[in-house]
Amino acid sequence: MNPSMSTVRAGFARGRAEIRQSFTTGQDLWGYFFPTVAFLVVMFFMRGATVPGTNFSLGTRTLPSVMGMGIVMGGLVTLMSQLIVEREDGTLLRAKAVPNGMMGYLIGKIVTVSGMMLIGQVIILVPSLFMLSGISINWFTYVWVVVIGLVACLPIGAVTGSLFSNPRNASVVMMPVMALVATSGIFYPIQSMPDWVQGLAQVFPVYWLGLGMRSAMLPDSMSAVELGESWRHLETLGVLSAWAVVGVLVAPMVLRRMARRESGSSVAARREKAMQRVT
Amino acid sequence: MAVVDHMGAPARGTRPAIEENVLEIRDLRMRYGTKDVLTGVDFVAHPGEVVALLGPNGAGKTTTIEILEGFRMRSAGDVSVLGVDPAHGDENWRARLGVVLQSWRDHGKWKVRELLEHLGLYYAPYSTNDITRPWDADELIEAVGLTEHANKKIRMLSGGQRRRLDVAIGIVGRPELLFLDEPTAGFDPEARREFHDLVHALSDANTTILLTTHDLDEAEKLADRILILAGGTIIADGSADELARRMSTEAEVRWSVGGQRFVHSTSDATAFVRQLFRDHDEAITDLEVRRASLEDTYVAMVQQFESGRQDEAVREFEVVTR
Repeated sequence: MNPSMSTVRAGFARGRAEIRQSFTTGQDLWGYFFPTVAFLVVMFFMRGATVPGTNFSLGTRTLPSVMGMGIVMGGLVTLMSQLIVEREDGTLLRAKAVPNGMMGYLIGKIVTVSGMMLIGQVIILVPSLFMLSGISINWFTYVWVVVIGLVACLPIGAVTGSLFSNPRNASVVMMPVMALVATSGIFYPIQSMPDWVQGLAQVFPVYWLGLGMRSAMLPDSMSAVELGESWRHLETLGVLSAWAVVGVLVAPMVLRRMARRESGSSVAARREKAMQRVT
Repeated sequence: MAVVDHMGAPARGTRPAIEENVLEIRDLRMRYGTKDVLTGVDFVAHPGEVVALLGPNGAGKTTTIEILEGFRMRSAGDVSVLGVDPAHGDENWRARLGVVLQSWRDHGKWKVRELLEHLGLYYAPYSTNDITRPWDADELIEAVGLTEHANKKIRMLSGGQRRRLDVAIGIVGRPELLFLDEPTAGFDPEARREFHDLVHALSDANTTILLTTHDLDEAEKLADRILILAGGTIIADGSADELARRMSTEAEVRWSVGGQRFVHSTSDATAFVRQLFRDHDEAITDLEVRRASLEDTYVAMVQQFESGRQDEAVREFEVVTR
């Protein structure tokens, strides 16, 4: 078997192993279920309320937005934090010491993060189908929104994960992400935001993933309460693709630069620092 | 093994390919900003040789090893690792190297066998007629003494067990050249003994090994050749015996005559003892001649070097290698 084929296979094997491991690790299970339960509770109490100007359940309208946010959280935040943590603990250095190890690691990480994201989608969707009414899924739209959303978010996660070496600094990235979520119409209607915030939110993938998921899971009539009173599929595809293209061009450069700097002494130095943090 | 003047250039191309040096380092220099960490490192390693790199903290051991591993770019000098410049080593080259890293808490969720089988996957395409890659996971686990922990999660391993796993990961691809940075830190004496047996077995299978350690006893036991790195350059290169003979010329002779204990330091213990027997003959009891250990030699060399007598140490070392 040639090296590139076996690298791809090793990468997928790595991803599968990590997904399997996530089911036997308390922290990972907490990561799957805690947000899910929290959102389910929120949507449960919202189910009676209606979207202003319609008689459609507010809870039902929130579900796809939350699932869109799940793609951002999974693709961007999970990848970023795993890169930072695994750079600190030496996982990346191990990969670097193995032939094609970095490529295998990266493929594995994409499989892991995508897999965990999809599992997150299933665990929130299934109970919601029983709890909420009015969901009608257009699988074709769902699939392309998820795929392009992941391709847009993963490189951002890879780049931010490469730029920060201290896990503490990850919160510096989390704040803007949270701010974007807050202003992207996931929980509050975007129309109630000031114009400049609306404009800003529409630059980033969070809003478009929420919109894309709503278009995939809600009746067409609900597009009436969106900006422009339309699902704006072309714009969704356009903005997410732009992020994807830029990311796919930039991420490999940043990742290579980060990987080049990994060595035993850089890991040892971070370990030293982390030990000081603990004590 | 070919006789090579460790300081001079070896006669390249005159030996058959199999005798080609595994490591060949000429005037290796490394500078961080304005600080010179390596000021001209020269040494070679032959196939199957175990070379120990000793030196005080901050002498540049780790920097040297990381340059050879291809993890760090050098400032100047010629470096050849398995015939390839590590700055431009490809994956094929990488597959022939083994690196034992000081692990901390990576891959904590993986099980021992699972991780070794996984990492082995990467080496499979690099099997050759002579070397079957990777090492079978179960055999490897047995070789490093982790059989009863094969299905344990890595984060549940003790420090010593983790180090064994580090070694296993380093050799899973059956490397031709193995880098061991402080391999036995945290080993108990039994584990250390087992590890030494493993190193001997690898060396017998013609694996070349470059190791760093602070345990001079270990260096003496394992290494065919010892390099002392101080102040950014190699101040000594030779077997433990060669270094001891050269550096610490004073052996210590202890004996008793008529219940009284005597100690004498001499550069020629044999002649001194001969004279001693001539003088006292059967009155001598408890005779003991103690040659300097590698530790004495090492400390003396580093101190001599650090007290600014670098040139003298290098001159003496040149005599050793002749």
